[in-house]
Formats: sequence, C-alpha cells, structure tokens
Amino acid sequence: MSYIKPLIHHPLSKQNSVGYLKSDYEGVISTLCAGCGHDSISSAIVQACYELSIEPHLLAKLSGIGCSSKTPAYFLSNSHGFNSVHGRMPSVATGANLANRDLIYLGVSGDGDTASIGMGQFTHVIRRNLNMTYIVMNNGCYGLTKGQDSATADEGSKSKSGSVNRFAAIDLVGLALELGAGFVARSFSGDKSQLIPLIKRAIQHPGFSFIDVISPCVTFNNNVGSTKSYDYVREHNEVIKISDFVPEKDEIKVEYDEGTSKKVKLHDGSDLELSKISSGYDPGDMKTALLRLQESRVNNQILTGLIYLESDSQDLHSMLDTVKTPLNKLREADLIPGKKELEEINKSFA
Amino acid sequence: MSDNNIKINDFVIRFANVNGTGSASANSMFAKSVFRMGIPITGKNIFPSNIQGLPTWYEVRVSEKGYLGRKEGIDIMVGLNPQSLERDVRSVKPGGYFMYDSTKLLHKEYRREDINYIGIPMMEICIENYTDPRLRQLFKNIIYVGALTTLLNIDIEIVKGVIADEFSKKPKLIEPNVKALLLGVEYVERNFEFPLNVYCEKRDLVKDKIVIDGNSASGLGAIYAGATVAAWYPITPSTSLVNAFENFANKLRIDEETGRKKFAILQAEDELAAIGMVIGASWNGARAFTSTSGPGVSLMNEFLGLAYFAEIPTVLYDVQRAGPSTGMPTRTQQSDVLICAYASHGDTKQVLLFPSTPRECFDLSLTAFDLAEQLQTPVIVMLDLDLGMNDHLSEPFRLKKGHHFERGKVVSTEDLENGFHFGRYLDVDGDGISYRTIPATHPTMGANVTRGTSRNEYARYTEDEREYVKNMDKLIRKWESAKSYVPGPEINESFEHSKNAILYFGTTLFPAVEALDMLRENGHELNSIRILSFPFNQEVKDFIDRHDTLFVVEQNRDAQMRTLLMNEMDVDPKKLIKVLNYDGLPITADHICREIMQNINKSEPVNLN
Repeated sequence: MSYIKPLIHHPLSKQNSVGYLKSDYEGVISTLCAGCGHDSISSAIVQACYELSIEPHLLAKLSGIGCSSKTPAYFLSNSHGFNSVHGRMPSVATGANLANRDLIYLGVSGDGDTASIGMGQFTHVIRRNLNMTYIVMNNGCYGLTKGQDSATADEGSKSKSGSVNRFAAIDLVGLALELGAGFVARSFSGDKSQLIPLIKRAIQHPGFSFIDVISPCVTFNNNVGSTKSYDYVREHNEVIKISDFVPEKDEIKVEYDEGTSKKVKLHDGSDLELSKISSGYDPGDMKTALLRLQESRVNNQILTGLIYLESDSQDLHSMLDTVKTPLNKLREADLIPGKKELEEINKSFA
Repeated sequence: MSDNNIKINDFVIRFANVNGTGSASANSMFAKSVFRMGIPITGKNIFPSNIQGLPTWYEVRVSEKGYLGRKEGIDIMVGLNPQSLERDVRSVKPGGYFMYDSTKLLHKEYRREDINYIGIPMMEICIENYTDPRLRQLFKNIIYVGALTTLLNIDIEIVKGVIADEFSKKPKLIEPNVKALLLGVEYVERNFEFPLNVYCEKRDLVKDKIVIDGNSASGLGAIYAGATVAAWYPITPSTSLVNAFENFANKLRIDEETGRKKFAILQAEDELAAIGMVIGASWNGARAFTSTSGPGVSLMNEFLGLAYFAEIPTVLYDVQRAGPSTGMPTRTQQSDVLICAYASHGDTKQVLLFPSTPRECFDLSLTAFDLAEQLQTPVIVMLDLDLGMNDHLSEPFRLKKGHHFERGKVVSTEDLENGFHFGRYLDVDGDGISYRTIPATHPTMGANVTRGTSRNEYARYTEDEREYVKNMDKLIRKWESAKSYVPGPEINESFEHSKNAILYFGTTLFPAVEALDMLRENGHELNSIRILSFPFNQEVKDFIDRHDTLFVVEQNRDAQMRTLLMNEMDVDPKKLIKVLNYDGLPITADHICREIMQNINKSEPVNLN
C-alpha cells in the first residue's frame, strides 16, 4: 500500500536560503512499524538537509536491502534514489560518485546490510575515502525476516523470543576508526538534538563520513534484556557533546568561553567548534578516540557523539586525479580521440 | 630423414619455453618479423597459470592462404624446456624439424628417425659472449630467433627493424640484441644448409592489416565508445583489457590544461563491487564498464539481475576461460554462453555480442555502449582467452563517418520543463523501452527511486500483481525490440542447393572458414552462418529454417549455443548437430572437418592433407 502525503504547509513554515520549505525534503509515508527508530532518522535527515539548504535534486540517496534500506523512499522525494541489492550500496555509491563528483551522496544501510553481507564493501569504501555520508540504522537484528540477531547484536543481549546472543558484536564505529574513516560518529535515533547536527556535519565533510545510529526495533528488539532497546540505550548513552557546527556562509557565530571549546579549521573552509565537555577529549586525535571507545565499551556504555574527525583528507577523486568537470558531463568532443589518433594506433600495431 | 615437400609460407612453428625466462618477447618478435614480410600469421600462447618455472608454449601459424585458426601438427619445434622435451619431440610432424640447445647432448630417447634435428649450442654461444647470467638467458632467446631467421629465409633487415621498434623506449638495448641475433645467424650460416624445406618468401598479403590482441582492441573500443568509468577485479584472461583501456586513456584522455584525467579506473575489492560500481556510474549518466571471466560472471549474477530488472545500462566484457569453477584459468573456452544469456535469478535475458576478431572487438565495443543505453539493460561482450590474449591479424580500426553516441531515451531538463509526462517505467512508445532521467536533471521533476523490487510505472514500490505482470511483459516487449537493434548474423549461402550448414560464433571464425574449404575439397558444400548477437533475430531463424542440418560448432562440452537456439526459437534438436571442442586449446579446422565428415558419411575416408 502506498499513501500520498497531503501538500499542506504549516503557515509558519519558512523557506530556507535556496527557497525550499521543509516539506520539500520529505518523502512518501513510511511503511515501517509505528515507533521505529528508522523513521526518526529519516526525519532527522529531512531536517538536516532543510537546514543545510541543500537543493534536493543535487543529492542522491542510496541504500541496500532491509528495513533501513527502504527509508530512502521516506525522505527527499525530489532526490534520485537507488535501492540496490543487499550489502552492495557502497559499490553503487562509488560508481555514482565517480560519474558525478558534484552531487551529495547519502547512503543508508542497516546492521545486517553493513556488518554481515556488506562487510566487504563497507570496509573498502572507507579505504577509498569516497566523498559520501554513510548512515547505519543499527538495531541489532534483522527486522524484515522477523528478528534474527545481526552481527552488531551484543554478546549476551536477549532477543524477544528469549534467546541470548553468544557471539561477539562487531562495533562498526571501532572498525571505521581502524580503517581510517575521516569522520566517525555514533548517535541514537531518540536524540535528534545530537543526530541532526551530526548529519549536517557529516554531509559537509569532504570525504567519507560514517554515522552509526542506534535505532531500536520496536517489534523485535525492544524487550528487556536487549542492549538495543530504547530504555537500554537511554540508560547507557554516554554522550560526547558537540556544538552545532557553523558553516562559513552563516554569519551567526556561537561564542564559547575560552578553554571550553576547540575550533577546528576544515579544509573546505568551514569551522567546526567542539565543546570539550569530557575533559581531555580531542576528536582530532585517533589515539584518544580509540581509547575512549574502548573505555566506554568496558564500562557497558554506548559512546555517542562525534568520535573522530580528520581535518584534512583526500577523497577518491583527488587520489584518482580526475578532472573537475563531472565525468557524466563530458561531451563527445572530450571523449572521442578522433581519426588521426586512430591511424597512429593502427600504425603502432602494423 | 627429410621430407622433400617444400612448403612456402605454410607451416606451424611452436616454441617450448620455461615460463618467466623472457621468451615471450623473442617469440613475438619472430612472429612480427614474418608478418612484416607480408605473410598472414597468427600467434597463440599456451601458457600455465604460473609466474615462473612451468612449461609454456607459443605457436605461430604462417599461412599464405590467410587461414588464421590453429592447425594440428607442428612443422618446426623449438624445444628449450627440459620438462616438456619428451612431449615436444613427440608432437613434431614426420618430416618436421626439432631445434634444440646442443650445448648439452640430446639424450637418445629423444631421437626420432622421422624428424630432422637442428642443434644450436645456444648456451655455449652465450657463455662465450656474455658474462651476466641474466643476459645469457635473455640473449639465448634472441640467438634462436637469429638461427630461425636464416633457416626460414626471413629478411634480417626486417628482424632488425622489429628489434628497434621493440626497444624504441630503451634504445641502449637495440645494439646488444642485434648482436645476439647475428650470433644465431652466423652459427647457422657456418653449420647448416639453409633455408629448410619449410620457409618464408616475401608477399604483399597483409596490406594495412594490424596484429593486436582482442583485449587491447576492446580497451581501445571502450575509449572511442566514451567510457569514463572502469571498475574491475584482476582475473585471467580479462585483466589486460582494463590495462589496455588505462594505457590508451593515459595517452588519449588527459585534459590538456590541467593534466587531469577524463576517466576513472578503480580496482574493486571483488567482482561484485566491480559490477556494482559500473551500475552506479551508468545510473548516474556516465558510460561505464567492467571486464571479467567466468568466475567473475558467477559473482556478478545478482547485480546483472538488478540491472536487467531496474533497466540500467551496463557493459560487461566476459573473456571466457575453461571452467567450471577455477577450471583451467589460462586456457580458452566458450563456456559462459548460458550463464550470461540468462544471468541472475528470476526470468531474465541478457543481450550478448560475439566478436571474432580484434577489429570486431573494437566495433562491437562501440555497439555495446550504444545498445546498453538504447535498451537500458546489460550488454555482455563475449570474448574468450584466445581472442582476448592472443595476437591476431586484423583489419585496422576505423571509425564510421559521423561516429557519435546513441544515448537512447534520456529525458532532458527542457523536456520536463515543456511538460513531458514522465514515468520511469511507462511504455510511451510501445516498444518496451521507457524514458529515463539522469540524477540532478531537474529540481522538482523526474526524480525517482531505482529499485530491484517490483514497482509501478512511476517507479513507486508496489506488490500489486497486475503492476508486476505489466512490468514483466514490458521487459519482454523490450527484448523483442532488441532483436532489431542487435547486429545480425554473417551469412554465407553460396550453395543454394545445399541443405547443410555450419553455425558458429566468436573465435571459431577462422577454423570454420578453413574447415569449409576442406569440406568442399572433400565434396561437401556447406553454407554458413556466424552468430554475432543474442537475442537471435529473424535472419537467424530464417537461415535455420532454410536448412535441414546445422553443424553447431562450439568450444564447450555441453553445446550451450545449441541449447540457446533450441530454447529461444523452438528449433528441432535433431537438426542441430553438435561439433564440440573443450580441451582448452583453440579449436582447429582439422577437428571441425573431421567431426562433420564423420557425421555426414561415417565410411568415407577423411583427407586432411
């Protein structure tokens, strides 16, 4: 079944700087379960893109297979989307990005789609530092096939049917750090105040950005004993606070007291200000990030916030040294070498 | 014993070497020299899946008549590999020649009474003239080229020219190579009568033809077809296709102002990712391709189904090798016909193209990229190891006048502004081919979600069975339309009265042409049809209907093309006779002729000259 959303705007809704209303960033009505964490993430994406004043058609949204991967239909209807095959979104995103470096690429995936069947592609897209934002809607289970444990389910976590997971969990944040992702964050679908600014910052990052969003499955994994339930995550959420980032074009600048904030100058020209709430935390330092992540794990906490940020990273196009013009905009005259060249080639094989 | 039959420009010479000893470049310089004497040649590498140490062979067929297929029987063997000596001696035709390094005595068990031995003390000459052990090994190869130059009456100036070209980037090496060449020449002049009974004479038969392998030709074709994105995973025998694309691109596709690349090549983590990247790039409006071989096609099946169902242009080169599984990675076969034709689960049919020569690899590359966009579907170009990796005599590359890209039904910003009613899967023209938009075409119109799930004509998810069936029927309508887009067969129907014909495709071309001549000499006149594409169009059907018996020649065990003909056109299986070769070596005219003769008349003696 599909529903059409009414085209009614709230009288107070405002156009953003590119002339779009927030509703222009919405998609069709979700068919996920009521209360699904994924829907909150979809609406955070809508809010983030609206606030960033992205022209929707200049963003491409991609996904694999699973509950999470259905969501591209539920946000950004004016963007082209690609709901690909299970675990293979990164390769499709890579090809798309190679074809047109000017678009914004937003990939959404799930814990099954990324940490199991798609593990290979996930690791390699990080290595290549593809300029994209990769969001995992992480609920620790396979929803569409009725609640089997996924590879991110914590050891000892209890499923709705009462069985206990005996296998070690794969922590995608730790993995992304190890693999050298330039932007690594974790958030919680229930904390929009944290999630929206993280998505905004991730989209602005000129390279691979990864956000692992704990997103409880209300139907199969929200029970007592589950470590991915709303209650559990709220109780164990250890937040690294960051301020809303301020792009250069915005004139408003949030001031922080000396000593409580750290300003990072990014090579795309924008500034990122980070509140040093946790003493000694420097998201620009890989060692600190890895250590904090480990500590938090040992303490049974779920570390959320911007965990690591590399201020200067070379994306795939710079590594490949491709022309600035998107490859899909090159014309026949740019691409066909001509008859004289062909004659030369013939000669070299005679 | 010597055979008094003098054979001019008609012989097979095989080089038996140890893999990784630098013999390949010496052997190809030999072949190139004969070619530059104006004589048609074809070279075949028979090599192991190994970097160093195992036996490798290189076979050159010299044929004044222009028969470019492999031929059974070896006239001259250059046997330089102790590991394969016994087998190499055995494989020489009676009356033929066996050349060897006589630095060491040839054991008497390798002596045959019915062949001629030519001992050249290659290593001894090297030791006398060179001190560096590496150079001794390399120049040993050039010494036998020198010996053959004199024995086979090859123009020494031509060989020198080939050496100069080979080392044009390292000119310091020209002089020492020429010196080694002359050492071989002089030894023969002092010790043997020359030329042999088998030798070369200058001709003017190759005109403007070139010698190139099919992978290079395909890589070049992809350049002229406008491919900008190539994603691949290393696999024999397809690797050199992307390498060639990269080499040509580095020469032809560099932005003059900035020095930046007007292409992107990415080595993927596996074949799944490679085809995924191609699909992503094509979806986003670039021309993209990957190349692989059988094991890669197995892995790509899921994505090929997506591209078929979601209707995304995709170009894939399959350079086939001997399967199943890892099979014989360095041997040739045409055994991916069925897996490619019906790649992926569910009801799928994929467009295939079958080039036979390097020139066709180039031409059909242009066709493949056009067809993929015109039909919005995968197009698989079916090479095999023989075509892809071996050098072939070929027509030179030419561009058609007014060569341009056919991008198919793409809706522009203006179309949308002007009120074009867009539905991604609407069959507006009734040919099953819908209109597509490239991402970012318009701020508020034309966006849609591409998906492998069932959807309606406006690309919205649906599980409505009527919408599903409508879509599946549209896809088959498109398949029917494809028959008028794909290149038709090459038909030779010189024998109007004949009810027998031979049907073949790909690298069977030259052996088949030769076999037809041999059959005719034996009193059998057969018509012929060469398949260039799948789906089969009406011309194929009509030709089959006009004949009672078709010998379907294939380089696989299970007669896969025959199955395809039966399955797609309801051809009576009884009229399709299998002629198969699946030992991993290129099929020969002798084999085709023998099989067909045996079938036509089992008691008739077979004369294969």
